[in-house]
Amino acid sequence: MSTKNTQTSADAPLPVLLPFRIEPTRLGTPRLAPVHAVLIGAGLALLAGTAWAQADAAQLSPLDVIIKWAPLLLYGFAFNILISMIAMALGTGAGLGVGLGMLSENPLLARVCWALTQFFRNAPWLVLLFFVMFLVPFQITVFGVRIPLPDWVKATVGFSLPVMANVAEIVRGAVRSVPSTQWEAAESLAFTPRQTMWQIILPQCVKRMLPPWMNLYSLVTMATVQASIVGVSEMLTLTAQVHTAEGGRPELFAPLYGFALFCFFLYCYPIDRFTARLERRFHIR
Amino acid sequence: MAAATDPRPWTPDQPIVQLIDVHKSFGTLEVLKGVSFDVKKGEVICIIGPSGSGKSTLIRCINALVPVTSGTILVENIEVADPKLDKLALRRKVGMVFQQYNLFPHKTALQNVMMAPIHVLHQDKGEVEERARALMKKVRLTGKEDSYPGELSGGQQQRVAIARSLAMRPDIMLFDEVTAALDPETVKEVLFTIRELAEDGMTCLLVTHEMNFARDVADHIYFTDHGVIVEHGPPASFFSAPSDPRTREFLSQVL
Ligand SMILES: Nc1ncnc2c1ncn2[C@@H]1O[C@H](COP(=O)(O)OP(=O)(O)O)[C@@H](O)[C@H]1O
Ligand SMILES: [Mg+2]
Repeated sequence: MSTKNTQTSADAPLPVLLPFRIEPTRLGTPRLAPVHAVLIGAGLALLAGTAWAQADAAQLSPLDVIIKWAPLLLYGFAFNILISMIAMALGTGAGLGVGLGMLSENPLLARVCWALTQFFRNAPWLVLLFFVMFLVPFQITVFGVRIPLPDWVKATVGFSLPVMANVAEIVRGAVRSVPSTQWEAAESLAFTPRQTMWQIILPQCVKRMLPPWMNLYSLVTMATVQASIVGVSEMLTLTAQVHTAEGGRPELFAPLYGFALFCFFLYCYPIDRFTARLERRFHIR
Repeated sequence: MAAATDPRPWTPDQPIVQLIDVHKSFGTLEVLKGVSFDVKKGEVICIIGPSGSGKSTLIRCINALVPVTSGTILVENIEVADPKLDKLALRRKVGMVFQQYNLFPHKTALQNVMMAPIHVLHQDKGEVEERARALMKKVRLTGKEDSYPGELSGGQQQRVAIARSLAMRPDIMLFDEVTAALDPETVKEVLFTIRELAEDGMTCLLVTHEMNFARDVADHIYFTDHGVIVEHGPPASFFSAPSDPRTREFLSQVL
């Protein structure tokens, strides 16, 4: 949030104090069916049509504006996907380490990993993003080689921190849920604790970890639009720029942002459905 | 007592397992209050006794799943309670089968049998597979190699668990109430497998409630109550003429 937005009059309720929390899982929420996707699409088209009917005939219709700018907007969307995937990959790798660290026999390591997890799980993603943007320099020097760190890389790191913490918690929960008798059986077959973890416990955890991990990925994808606030040229930033370039016509607002919504929906919805399928299948087994 | 660092080389005429005054406490609860016995190579030992008398704890001390509080346990003259003990070396000699089978559910029956020799002993995969298939045949589960544990009955799972243990070629097998979770039909299959093992000369320590099996197969019976061995003897005298009133009461309830 920029300082401009927070200048509210003294007696108005402060919106930043309203309770707000991103739930780590969307279990149990009503799920959208494919028919909803069609309805949303039709609604968007209708909206675009009526908006155009009221507009000046010399101007491009909202649909034409979207078609004209679609390559640029989709390029921005691809950037959102790229950021989400890299953040997820980094966060998953780090989260696996931190999650296993929490389960370590070494009490110091376990404490540190636990603290890391708690801290990053309970911090607003946007605040973490700001911290990374302002704390990490624009370039780093490794062995005399200057590596520039563009804003989008920093933003990606910013998103990977909450991913790390959430993955760590997913890993810890899954490992704990494997009965201790599995450890005993492996122990009596002369497996080392490390072999037991990697050969026997973690493979059993994959099934349990996959649905929450995919939920997390959906959340990350949707959260990447927050990078627009720190100036990364992702889809939301480009949408605002396109709107300005088209003269800021009010009737373009809904179609343009509707297009962004639609893209995210089309991407996240199948992931959500697939997650639900996996959850159902694993519960039966 | 043997010096921990320099065990006497073990020869088959010596006891293969030797317990000397073993004590074990969980916090303030003393579960084993001085247990001593010897097992000779090839012997079948049955441990019977009421629930909570410390049978599982006793058997788990032998492969160091549970550390003892005091006393000595020698397995082929290796001191189990030695803090410098190479636990993995010990567990390669001692196989264990549990009441709840504890198979690895994400692996097929054959993979369950093959895992430890491949990952722990680093043996050749082809040779291990050959041996694993032979073991599946031995426990009469040919055709079930590619089934997952969830697809097998309790008795079949328990026989896979036995094969999994045998794949490590142990010198001693520990069985902790391995038929207690099975329905009567499948109990027979598992007992048959164990009986065959015993006849092949495997040293077996069983905790069991199957009195008829104990009578038929065991060389020696130990009756435990409240963490001590109350009475022991060969099955003939143990079952026909128990001397201690606690043994008589227990036997009157289970026979
Ligand atoms: N890990 C443990 N921690 C605390 N108490 C235990 C533990 N394992 C066993 N006990 C206790 O030790 C006693 C003997 O248990 P156990 O050896 O399982 O007996 P049995 O196998 O003869 O039924 C029981 O009272 C049990 O509650
Ligand atoms: Mg028991």
